[in-house]
Amino acid sequence: MALKNSLASKKFTITAEICPPKGTDTSVFIKNARLLKDKIDAANVTDNQRAVMRLSSLACSVLLLKEGIDPVFQMTCRDRNRIALQSDILGAWTLGIKNILALSGDHVSFGDHRDAKPVFDLDSVQLVQVISKLNNGQNMKDAALNGGTDFLIGAVVAPEANPSEPEMLKFEKKVSAGARFFQTQAFYDMEKFKRFYEYAKKFDVKILGGILLLKSAKMAHFLNNNVPGVNVPENLIKELESAPDQLEKGIEIAARQIKELKAFCDGAHIMAIGQEENVPKIIDLSN
Amino acid sequence: MGNETAGDKPQRYMLLAPPCIWAIFERELISVSTIWKFNMIITKKKDFQKILEYLKNKNKIFLYGCNSCAEQCETGGEKEIKEMTLLLENAGKNVTGFSLPDETCYSMIIKKDFREQKKTIEGSDAILVLACGAGVKAVSDTAGDEKPVFPALDSLYLANVTRYGHFFEGCALCGECVLGETGGICPHTNCPKGLLNGPCGGMADGKCEVNIENDCVWVRIYTRLKKQGRLDVLKKIAPAKDYSSGVRPRNTIVESRIKNKKQEDK
Repeated sequence: MALKNSLASKKFTITAEICPPKGTDTSVFIKNARLLKDKIDAANVTDNQRAVMRLSSLACSVLLLKEGIDPVFQMTCRDRNRIALQSDILGAWTLGIKNILALSGDHVSFGDHRDAKPVFDLDSVQLVQVISKLNNGQNMKDAALNGGTDFLIGAVVAPEANPSEPEMLKFEKKVSAGARFFQTQAFYDMEKFKRFYEYAKKFDVKILGGILLLKSAKMAHFLNNNVPGVNVPENLIKELESAPDQLEKGIEIAARQIKELKAFCDGAHIMAIGQEENVPKIIDLSN
Repeated sequence: MGNETAGDKPQRYMLLAPPCIWAIFERELISVSTIWKFNMIITKKKDFQKILEYLKNKNKIFLYGCNSCAEQCETGGEKEIKEMTLLLENAGKNVTGFSLPDETCYSMIIKKDFREQKKTIEGSDAILVLACGAGVKAVSDTAGDEKPVFPALDSLYLANVTRYGHFFEGCALCGECVLGETGGICPHTNCPKGLLNGPCGGMADGKCEVNIENDCVWVRIYTRLKKQGRLDVLKKIAPAKDYSSGVRPRNTIVESRIKNKKQEDK
């Protein structure tokens, strides 16, 4: 079911992230997309994530459309100024894309082109505002467009942010700017997430809980030490360490999290980072 | 300005200070009173190999330093002019002479200096400037189209001075000050992404993901505005920045200053 319809229904929505290739060979990308096709409601296409240069998220979103998958076109503010952003958003609409996820984007200092100019002409809140304007048939200078857009606008929120108040203020700005669904950053503390969900439900938005597949205990340690805002608790790390097959255990943990989300949340967003072929297994196990 | 000796300045600060305190602070105050004369531009030395590339096929070199910011950064004062002279001579170059203006970015000073050094400069193949880009610009404009002028430094930022030898970037000169909406803490200068509506997803435990030594500027802004009872300011969406005021090159003429000067001259 398309993302818009799925979110409008009472159904538990599942999205998953697919990462574009570092080049023009799209065979693995397409193979993963086909594996996911009947398991998910929409697939997110990342936009040069971690500031590593890859095939464009717009091009890959169109490839997903051709495969009959509803794409969530991820768009960061890192690489384009306001003219290029608006132009690409209009372009995405004419090519048949219906969902956009607006993000600030990782800083270039994390990526493979550390000497690049970080653009950030707009921030994620302003980008959501701009998409709302384009949806309204106007550009960001209020000039009428010869044909506008009608995107379902999404944004990101970090439910475990510490301190949380500045993050929640920003979340509320994104809501008032026109974001209608949120895919959260990865979290592992379900009680904390429930509290966030109760707060977020005061607003007219859908929340998809971010599930990040733990491939191994080593990866969990890496996340804790290197990825800001992600906290894998000690008991999960122990569970992974004591398992004969850590990847299998990681899949089991992800499925368990989704099962728990199904009890109260609007949906889940699965980030498998290079393990896309295991996403169907996670979803099957969560049923 | 540089002709004034720093030593005769500090008296105004010490009227009420007991001698022991004065002894401790004397050095600091002398430097502060010196620094206060300048807009502080931070520079760093270019790699010497790069400088040799510039000066390939140029033998007779005239040097310019700058006795304000670059002197403070220890990149273009008397000491560094001497070091550069030695390096160039060891590399087989002939340093024809040097000049250390009080402010190398001040075109009038450079023009006057050029007249004084006319013969030496005319007899040189190139000029190497140990000053910020504005200093290089003033020298190269004065040198005209015939004489090659090269930078020995990279210009980094406009600095605040915390104390002698301690600098940090306090203003990005963005052209549209937002400090009124951010509790006096600048997101343009302090957030690596220059975000205007709150922290990014990389904020963790109040720290910045780009450099975890640094506090997230949006957490600092939030904390300060909360203390001031002004969180309502943060709830409004900050509009996209207007970059039209920053179209380059920028020039400013202060009319009243020109009028006053003309009257003085009469």
